[in-house]
Amino acid sequence: MKKKIVVVGNGMVGYKFCEKLITKDTAQEFDLVVFGEEIRPAYDRVHLSAYFAGKTVEDLTMAPASWYAENGITLHLSDPIVDIDRDAKTVRSHHGLVEMYDYLVLATGSAAFVPPIPGVEKDGVFVYRTIEDLDMMQNHAKKAKKGAVIGGGLLGLEAAKALLDLGLEETHVIEFAPRLMPRQVDDAGSKMLQSKLEELGLKIHLNRNTQEIRGNGAISSMLFADGLELEVDMLVISAGIKPRDEVARIAGLEVGVRGGVIVNDYLQTSDPNIYAIGECALAHHMIYGLVAPGYEMADVVVNQLVKDKEKSFKPFDMSTKLKLIGVDVASFGDAFIQEPNCQTIVYENSAKGIYKRINVSNDGKYLLGGILIGDAEQYNMLLQNVKNQTILPPDPEDLMLGARGGKEESGAGVMALPDDALICSCEAISKGQICGEVLAGNNTLDAIKKCTKAGTGCGGCVPMVKDLINETMKSQGVYIRNIICEHFDYTRQELFDLVKIKGYKTYEEALDGLGHGDGCETCKPAVASILASLWNEMILVKGNDTIQDSNDRYLANIQKNGTYSVVPRIPGGEITPDKLIVIGQVALKYGLYTKITGGQRIDLFGAHVSDLPAIWEELVNAGFESGHAYGKALRTVKSCVGSTWCRFGLHDSVSFAIEIEERYRGLRAPHKFKSAVSGCTRECAEAQSKDFGIIATEKGWNLYVCGNGGVKPQHALLLASDIDSETCIKYIDRFLMFYIKTAEPLTRTATWLNKLEGGMDYLKAVVIDDVLGLNKQFEDEMNMLVEAYRCEWKEVVTNPELRKRFTHFVNAPHVKDPNVKFEPMRDQIKAAEWVK
Amino acid sequence: MSNILAEDTLVWHLACSEADIPENGGACALIEGEQIAIYNFKRRGEWFATQNLCPHRQQMALSRGMIGSAGEEQEPKVACPFHKKTFSLKSGACLSGDDYQIQTYPVKVENGMVYIGI
Repeated sequence: MKKKIVVVGNGMVGYKFCEKLITKDTAQEFDLVVFGEEIRPAYDRVHLSAYFAGKTVEDLTMAPASWYAENGITLHLSDPIVDIDRDAKTVRSHHGLVEMYDYLVLATGSAAFVPPIPGVEKDGVFVYRTIEDLDMMQNHAKKAKKGAVIGGGLLGLEAAKALLDLGLEETHVIEFAPRLMPRQVDDAGSKMLQSKLEELGLKIHLNRNTQEIRGNGAISSMLFADGLELEVDMLVISAGIKPRDEVARIAGLEVGVRGGVIVNDYLQTSDPNIYAIGECALAHHMIYGLVAPGYEMADVVVNQLVKDKEKSFKPFDMSTKLKLIGVDVASFGDAFIQEPNCQTIVYENSAKGIYKRINVSNDGKYLLGGILIGDAEQYNMLLQNVKNQTILPPDPEDLMLGARGGKEESGAGVMALPDDALICSCEAISKGQICGEVLAGNNTLDAIKKCTKAGTGCGGCVPMVKDLINETMKSQGVYIRNIICEHFDYTRQELFDLVKIKGYKTYEEALDGLGHGDGCETCKPAVASILASLWNEMILVKGNDTIQDSNDRYLANIQKNGTYSVVPRIPGGEITPDKLIVIGQVALKYGLYTKITGGQRIDLFGAHVSDLPAIWEELVNAGFESGHAYGKALRTVKSCVGSTWCRFGLHDSVSFAIEIEERYRGLRAPHKFKSAVSGCTRECAEAQSKDFGIIATEKGWNLYVCGNGGVKPQHALLLASDIDSETCIKYIDRFLMFYIKTAEPLTRTATWLNKLEGGMDYLKAVVIDDVLGLNKQFEDEMNMLVEAYRCEWKEVVTNPELRKRFTHFVNAPHVKDPNVKFEPMRDQIKAAEWVK
Repeated sequence: MSNILAEDTLVWHLACSEADIPENGGACALIEGEQIAIYNFKRRGEWFATQNLCPHRQQMALSRGMIGSAGEEQEPKVACPFHKKTFSLKSGACLSGDDYQIQTYPVKVENGMVYIGI
């Protein structure tokens, strides 16, 4: 005869109880019935504010209703339990259902605590607890301008974030205490947090007691005890939680003076067949208002019921790390202990908004706790130090500041932890368990998440889990290779060499010979780039057209609305008036938007795919060729005007730029690459921001390599100084071939250099001192590629078979895509805005 | 354009000739006012057709995407050229983690001509 467990409440902890019971009840001893008050199954309340940032209810749902059905769980939603008959061991629901139980689990959670301020019932006053609350807030926010939140604690600041996300013009945070987050953060930390949050647009009021909420029907202002009045038309009350213990009270279970169902170390209430877990339970005289201890409670009860290893619920570590409106806030161990009971080390940097405090035992051996504001990167390691009572290094401040000066390998620290160190506190997963799974073959983050559930709760331990995976793999001597994708078990460098040795000229040959499956959008362009770098054949022939990334396939850059932009090559940025006129005529004829690019060229936007060959034909006839703006290839060699005109110029930078651009035009590489030549040290061509840049000196040229702008700008580094033009080109040949052969796909030269062991010293040794003995080969290969260059546009223009591919409709070649829309702007056109 | 009635309720529409669709790639045909992307998955000896519209940014672009396969099941897929959202050519389901669904169509090739069933 099966026993029946009834779970009262379907929030995160109630759900977790079901999940754990299903996993551990292998003997299928129990029937499980769940009653939930809300209309939908349990969802992730911790990340509720993500709802305003675009997550859907489905994204937040812990498991869909179908999951309960599949696991034989009876789920009653919108039907809270209203009465418990402990003698008959039955519960009665709001809809009148009466259910027998052998064990009852109360997981009723908590409600927002609303202080008895006159006026809280007015329109525009909300609590922040459920999806329904959020929907109502969202609705109201459409017509609201100024919002306020009562409560400067963790939940209050979350609510303030929600108001910012809703787009209110002003958001005020009203806190009764003299500081923000009084439970987690000390005075100095609170001040730092406050100034960071004020920078982000929040207006913060401390020591402020709300006396009345004013307004005629709807809220119009708040009146404080000090007489000040604040005009607002929306208010969220987030002043704390109160445990949902109503039904426990009715049933005569023991409850705390300030609420909460009293439980023992086994989470039994005063009736041993009734358990309470999560935020409704009062354990060790406190309410645990975090998700991790709630999950642990669920685990404790499940273990008792299925008679697995017995464990009790121990005082739970309330350390927390979170990102509040983009600001890291963490508090761990004994955060508030003060001298003389400990030694406190504080680091404060108000320019960066960073505050860190650690509390160390008086003998200097152990870390007791601490607070991190603005930068909580070391949180996990610090917390592990507290939990495992690790003996501290002689300079414990290194732990919170990171080792300074010396080079240290990141992630190595995790391996020093003991095997029983708790890595994921939400799911109670230890380092030993994770490393064990990695050794058993679950060596990706996804696999670890799947088999241990580590990192699936709050996600805070994910960086540590990643480090553990990598370090465990390394300790096994596993060389972590960045293979191309599931179809090729090779790194790009290996694939490059193999394709060369085998002499493959097409993707199909490479896939048949070296890969498996049908290929994909990762390996196709990677192989296309290798083929082009090796042989420099026309990229659209031999069936290689459909392996090209979209821009390469159409020899133009796809833009919003599906039209393309066309960039003819203008070497060194030098152009004749006649050619300028042709560009203008072509743009007029095909209705194109024209703009000067950052690389001293002219970009023509808005070309229909079927117009491309005709546009190229006119450009090619006027002496232009492709600028390869669409390719992972040489873009432009920018130049200043140089010694021909400039009174400061040392050499003819324009002529040298043209020579270089024409040498490397069309050369395909793992990523795009750019260059520039400056005629003197004033550097008007900005050569030091390029993949290779050349600056004139009194005696010759200085050659800089591996710079780039973009997301992470990096200056190019000096490779050789005062060299003549011939040597300069020789070095560039070698540098580029070395890069092309060894870089991973889509890696710019700067990133490639950063990853290159030995860095710039090694690069110099290869390119200048020829330590690899490959320079002769590099130069020969480059000469072969330069010889093989042909203009791709011209080949399409003169080849009817290729030209035919440039249509939108294969069965109606002259019809243009009717969905393409333009809008007028400043006497030109722009692409119609797309759906967001 | 000639329409050929088939069994069931499908109406087979002549789209183009076999040679109009590049091998292991796609092209777009205009059929009854609809933009339909047709793929010649030569490597698998299979043909597929889907809507040409990528639901992500509502762009008529799927026919210009790269095709390939994913996973142990070797699910045939197409990647939109705009942001590389990928879709199953069989089911139309989005394979890159979003909730999109695209329309797929049956294809038949007879005597060198390609027909789409709508």
